[in-house]
Amino acid sequence: MNAARGGFLSPTRRGLLKGAALATVFGAGMNMMRSVVAFAADAAGWPAEAFKLKSQADTLKALYGKTAEASDKVKLDAPEIAENGAVVPISISTTLPKVTSISVMVAENPNALAASYKIPEGTLPAVSNRLKMAKTSMVIAVVESDGKLYSASKEVKVTVGGCGG
Amino acid sequence: MASTIRVRAIAGADSTEVQALVQHPMDSGFVKDSKGELIPPHHIETVQFETGGKVVFTALWGPAVSKDPFVKFTFKGGKKGDDLKITWVDNKGSTDTTTAKIA
Amino acid sequence: MRHLVILATVMTCAFAPPLLAETTASSSPEKDFTAFRHYFTSKFPKVELNDFVNGPYSMDEGLRKQWVEKEVFPPYDFALDHGKELFEKPFKNGKTFADCFDNKGIGVRQNYPYFDEKTNEVVTLELAVNQCLEKNGEKPYNYMKDDMAAVTAYMAFTSRGKPFDIKIPKDNPKALEAYEKGKQYFYQRRGQFNFSCASCHVQAPGERIRAEVLAPALGILNAMPIYRSEWGGMGTISRRFTSCNSQVRGVPLKPQDPEYRNVEYYLSYMANGLPISGPGARP
Repeated sequence: MNAARGGFLSPTRRGLLKGAALATVFGAGMNMMRSVVAFAADAAGWPAEAFKLKSQADTLKALYGKTAEASDKVKLDAPEIAENGAVVPISISTTLPKVTSISVMVAENPNALAASYKIPEGTLPAVSNRLKMAKTSMVIAVVESDGKLYSASKEVKVTVGGCGG
Repeated sequence: MASTIRVRAIAGADSTEVQALVQHPMDSGFVKDSKGELIPPHHIETVQFETGGKVVFTALWGPAVSKDPFVKFTFKGGKKGDDLKITWVDNKGSTDTTTAKIA
Repeated sequence: MRHLVILATVMTCAFAPPLLAETTASSSPEKDFTAFRHYFTSKFPKVELNDFVNGPYSMDEGLRKQWVEKEVFPPYDFALDHGKELFEKPFKNGKTFADCFDNKGIGVRQNYPYFDEKTNEVVTLELAVNQCLEKNGEKPYNYMKDDMAAVTAYMAFTSRGKPFDIKIPKDNPKALEAYEKGKQYFYQRRGQFNFSCASCHVQAPGERIRAEVLAPALGILNAMPIYRSEWGGMGTISRRFTSCNSQVRGVPLKPQDPEYRNVEYYLSYMANGLPISGPGARP
C-alpha cells in the first residue's frame, strides 16, 4: 500500500531523472506513474492537482477556479531576509469578511502552492506557519472572502548560509 | 511511544488560540541523500482540528511546509477543559491523532 | 562587498590582542575576564548583558524577530522530551544518570566544565555524560548529536536562567594551565583560511560572513546544545567545535579532545554570570 515512489521507477525512468532538471521531470515521472501503478491514494480532500502546479495562476484555478485581486486588507507577515530557507515563519491575517480559505504560494518553488487552510465559520481568518523556500522569491497570500479571492505578496530573500553564527 | 503532535490550546475570553508542532520529516522529494539518491516525498497532507463535534480548522499541506511543521490559528469559543482532537494523514497513508485539553 | 572587506582585514592585519595576555605575572583569569567583558559591552553598548547569550539574535533585528516567532514552539522541543526520557530511564544495572551527578543532575549544567583535581583534566558536561554511561556498563553516546544532544539539552533546560559558575581552582597550576591553553587555542589561527575563533567571534561579531551573522564570543556556549536550521537537527558543543574547524578548512580534532575541552573551559569562564539559555535554536 505504501508506495516508495522512487522504488517503482524503471531503469530508463531513473536514467531520465538523473540527467534532467529534477523539479519538472520528477513531476512528469509522477504523472506517468499514476496511470501505470496503483498506489496509496492521497488523503481525502487533499487537492493533489493544485499542489503539482508551477504557476500561481494555474494553482489558483485548480484550487478555487478563480483569479485573485490584490488587496491591502490581506496582511502578510514574512521576513525580509530569511534566516534559513528551510524554515521561514509566515503569518497571514485579514480584515475581510466571510473568509472560507487562506492559501500561501511561493513563486520560485518547484510547485507554487505551499499550504492551504480551510477556515470554517467561527474560526478567525488568520494563520501562522513555517515554510520552505528554495530561493529568493515572492510569497503570495491568498484569501477567499465571500466567494472572491484577494491577495498580498512580499519578497523574501533567501541566501546560502556561510560559516555559521 | 510519545505522540508526534504537540499542542497548546489556550482559551481566552471569547476565543481559543491553538498552536501545534508536529514531528514529521516533510521530505519534499527534491532532496538527495548522501548516496546521491532522491529521498522520496514523505509529507503530511491534511491536518484536522476538531472540538465540540465541529471541525474548527483544516490544514492542507504540501512538501514546501517545513520539517517538524508548526501551525497556529484561533477559533471563537472553546473553554478550559474542552477536548481538542488533532489528526494528520500523510502521503504514505500514515496517520496520527491526539486529543488535548484546552487550557 | 562587506564580507570581502572583513576577510581582507582579518587575513592581513596581525590581530593585536588587547585580550590575549601572555602568561605573565601581570595576567590572570580575573583580568582576562574583565577585559573580555569590557570589550564586548563597549563594542555593543545597546545590547543588554544577558542578551549576549542569544548569539546572532542579539546582533540583528530581522533575525531576532524570526527567532522569537520560532521560540513560541521551538524546534528543539522533541529533543528535549527525548532527553528527559533518556535521563530518567534506568541503566541495565538499575542506576540512572542522577546517580552520577550532584543534585541528581538537575540544575547543574552551569558548573560545567570543571577542573578535576584528581585526574588533572577539564571535565565537560558531555564528557561527564559518557563517563557516567561507561561507569555503569552502558555504551557511550556519539558526542555530536542525537542522544548526547538530547540528554545535554534536558540538563541545560533544568539550568535555564542559572548563571555560569566556572571555577579555576586557585593555586592549582594545572587548572590555570588548562585555562591558558584554552585561551591560546581560541586566539590561534588555523586552517587554510587562517582564522582563529577570535577572527570571527571577537573581531567581527554582528558582521556577516557570506550570508550569516556572526555571534559574539561572550556567552557563545550558553545556548548549547542547539537546533540549527542548517543541520535540520540538534548538535552539541563537540559538533559545533569540529564543524567550526572544518569551516576554516582546518583538520578537526576528535570530539572532546583536551584542546576542545580547554577552550570550552576558557569560553565558559568568560561567560561567568551570564545565564544558561540552552537548549537553543540557531540559523
